Amino acid sequence: MSLEIRSAPHIKAHRSVETIMRHVVYSLLPICAFYVFQYGLSALASLAVVTAACLATERFFVKTGTQAGDISDYSAVITGLLLALSLPPGFPLWMGAVAGFAAIALGKALFGGIGCNVFNPALVGRAFAQAAFPQAIATYTPSFLPGRFYEMVPTSMTLPFMQPASVIDWLKAKQLDALAGATPLAKWKFEGVLAGAEELITSLSGHMAVGPSPALILLCGAYLALRRFLDWRIPAAILGSAGLTAWLLFALSPERFPNPFFMLFSGGLILGAVYMATDMATSPVTPKGMWVYGALIGLLTVIIRYYSGLPEGVMYAILLANAATPLIEKITQPTPFGKSRFALLGRARKGASYPLHPGYISREEAHAVTPKKRLFAHKPKAEARKKSNEARD
Amino acid sequence: MTATRTDRWDEFMEGLWRQNPIFVMTLGLCPALAVTVSAVNALSMGLATTFVLTASCFLVSLLRKRIPKEVRIATYIVIIATFVTVVDYLIQAVSLALYDALGAFIQLIVVNCVILGRAEAHASKHPPLPAVLSALGMGAGFTLGLFALGAVREILGAGKLFGISLFGEHFQPWVVMVLPPGGFFVLGLWLLLFSAWTRRQRRKEAIQHA
Repeated sequence: MSLEIRSAPHIKAHRSVETIMRHVVYSLLPICAFYVFQYGLSALASLAVVTAACLATERFFVKTGTQAGDISDYSAVITGLLLALSLPPGFPLWMGAVAGFAAIALGKALFGGIGCNVFNPALVGRAFAQAAFPQAIATYTPSFLPGRFYEMVPTSMTLPFMQPASVIDWLKAKQLDALAGATPLAKWKFEGVLAGAEELITSLSGHMAVGPSPALILLCGAYLALRRFLDWRIPAAILGSAGLTAWLLFALSPERFPNPFFMLFSGGLILGAVYMATDMATSPVTPKGMWVYGALIGLLTVIIRYYSGLPEGVMYAILLANAATPLIEKITQPTPFGKSRFALLGRARKGASYPLHPGYISREEAHAVTPKKRLFAHKPKAEARKKSNEARD
Repeated sequence: MTATRTDRWDEFMEGLWRQNPIFVMTLGLCPALAVTVSAVNALSMGLATTFVLTASCFLVSLLRKRIPKEVRIATYIVIIATFVTVVDYLIQAVSLALYDALGAFIQLIVVNCVILGRAEAHASKHPPLPAVLSALGMGAGFTLGLFALGAVREILGAGKLFGISLFGEHFQPWVVMVLPPGGFFVLGLWLLLFSAWTRRQRRKEAIQHA
């Protein structure tokens, strides 16, 4: 009788990258639909153009063989939709296309394609757009404008490489109330106006330039978490840590800092926590690591929002945590079955290195040898040295 | 056996394309990222480096049998530094504006790893003619790489090329392109395109052989 010795996993789910990505796209569709309902034609055009740019770029780099993967796995669609949702609805379409190109080319193809990327591609695209076009990306138009399904925001149709026209006159003609035209975070940061709770959660009332509705995003995220397409720990850790930090600061000086509720439900924190930070390639795989990763994002977000010149900090917080992911995985390795829980302390830790150690990846690959740790990597052993000395003599 | 004309041409093309310092070896990135804000800066930086590279490779190749092995690096540095001083004064005399734009990066040509690398790896082992040809090829490749970076950054960052406006006055400048991150972004894109192109060529060759 022959026994085959294999390392885990022994049971595999019948679930491919394509399946997971397809379900994430399904869960994004209601959010996109609501976004279009909020902002009308411009939002629809923005979603279409950015996603098309991402798909075209992906197609190009897959075809030339620079990047692994295939456009039929829906990952570029997710990147495109998330990027478009994180940009202002009236963002000039040519800039959106540039951001889409940068997202896939710099965020994904450059690292070798799907699964190899270090940073979330959608956020790379947004960071590029933020650095290249800082004025256009801060220009928000109010939601629920009358006639939004018949006319576009004038900035949308800017000619390629040209400056977008000013929207001030266009907005004046619409005669809106005081809260119009800026995001709640910018309002709070630069003018000291705090938005109400109901407006923030549902995004339904008023003309304030809020993003996609947080309640809807949480609902769609809950569907994904229940179907195990994303790990609930990451959003829970992000929201928990951001809420806790904001609450601590609020308790210290309530007149200086806004309430934690406002912090949680304004800006892109919910969208980032549910859809961007949970990107499988760029977040830790260890359960403990997910908590650390999420806590880091929440903390950084609140710190950037309070103490920097930018009104929004989710993007940079997630990108920084993406960069720290390998490190977080390294310090949060789980104890393998059969090892002492205190093995992490002493010398017994040797070999307790589950996810990163090549020996654990697959025993089936003959060349996957566990490297021996030695002080001097290339130092020949004493006997071998003696032999060669004798041979020379 | 004397080298044929194609061999020499190969020697030159080696540095210009197959072993391009920027796109293939990714050497000398410090000036490549720092001074490539405009095409003129990039081109002049490339030419200055080419001059230093060619002249010092020629001299190193002439002296290759005289230089003791133990002090060769120090000797190469002295030779390179001499030519860098020449270029430094030359640029100062020709155009003070350019000198100010390039700043400390002219003096820093001394520590450009392309030059020391070529002196050590090629010029110290070959007679003067191949050494100079190879150095010229490397210099041309370096200039090409710098120009590719500088042109893209100037076109997108200022809407100009060699100071000539391309898009009219309503051009939207890409702020990031004139900042240091823009250098990294553009370099990354060029590396990506270059590797895509190389793979394509290799695949074509494989099909032809099959």
